Amino acid sequence: MRNGYLFAAYAVTWVIHITYLTTIVRRFSRLKREIEQLKK
Amino acid sequence: MKKLFPVLGVLTAILLIYALYQALVVAPTERTMGDVQRIFYYHVPSAIIGFMLFFINFGASIFYLIKRNPAADIVALVTAEVGVVFLTVNLVTGPIWARPVWGIWWTWDMRLTSTLVLWLIYVSYLFLRRFSSSGETPLLAAALAVLGALCVPFVYFSIWFFRTQHPQPVMGGGGSIDPRMLHVLLINWLAFSCFAFLVCWSRYRLEKLQRDVDHAHALESLMNPRGGAR
Repeated sequence: MRNGYLFAAYAVTWVIHITYLTTIVRRFSRLKREIEQLKK
Repeated sequence: MKKLFPVLGVLTAILLIYALYQALVVAPTERTMGDVQRIFYYHVPSAIIGFMLFFINFGASIFYLIKRNPAADIVALVTAEVGVVFLTVNLVTGPIWARPVWGIWWTWDMRLTSTLVLWLIYVSYLFLRRFSSSGETPLLAAALAVLGALCVPFVYFSIWFFRTQHPQPVMGGGGSIDPRMLHVLLINWLAFSCFAFLVCWSRYRLEKLQRDVDHAHALESLMNPRGGAR
């Protein structure tokens, strides 16, 4: 059971980091679309 | 620079996997807490990196207040944002570790409470930057960042100044640590530092691009005021 806490801590760490990275990637793709529109 | 980023990304991923292996397999099991003590290898580096990023935020904010340099403003924003992410990891992994060891998720002792207050200060900094449209926002944010940074040493030294539930630091404090555990801690700290650097770099590029696009939109609306510019 104690290992459950260990894996929960490691999992939640990576969930937080991956969620943040996903927001950065989404904002990059939204900006790329905006740049394409500006070029038109 | 564009070729360097993927190379560093792959090297950092390898280092993070190696650090995870060290933390879960190589590091010795602590005698009283057992395997749950391995949370230490994610909990402590997250706090140290968060503090380091807030320190850089402090330097960049001071530089911005003196020189009004836009690059310093971007560095301040980026380090505050990534620092909040790392401090969030610290604040979430702490209670998960505390529950099986102390029998409670949270206690309002000085270290835990001051860390939460520090986190709230930098979250309010990010809210200010996100929702204020005033031209003075970077200036106000820089002033807030300078005040926020003053709390960092207080959080760090709170375990010396007050009697707390939180243990003494294992490095430079009253505690001691097995050299093999220290080795694994340093590997994880290095891996997460490289990761934080790459995340900051990406976020800096994103912010710079966003400001360039905003500038282009402003120019477009100046040149074509009736043209449906945003």
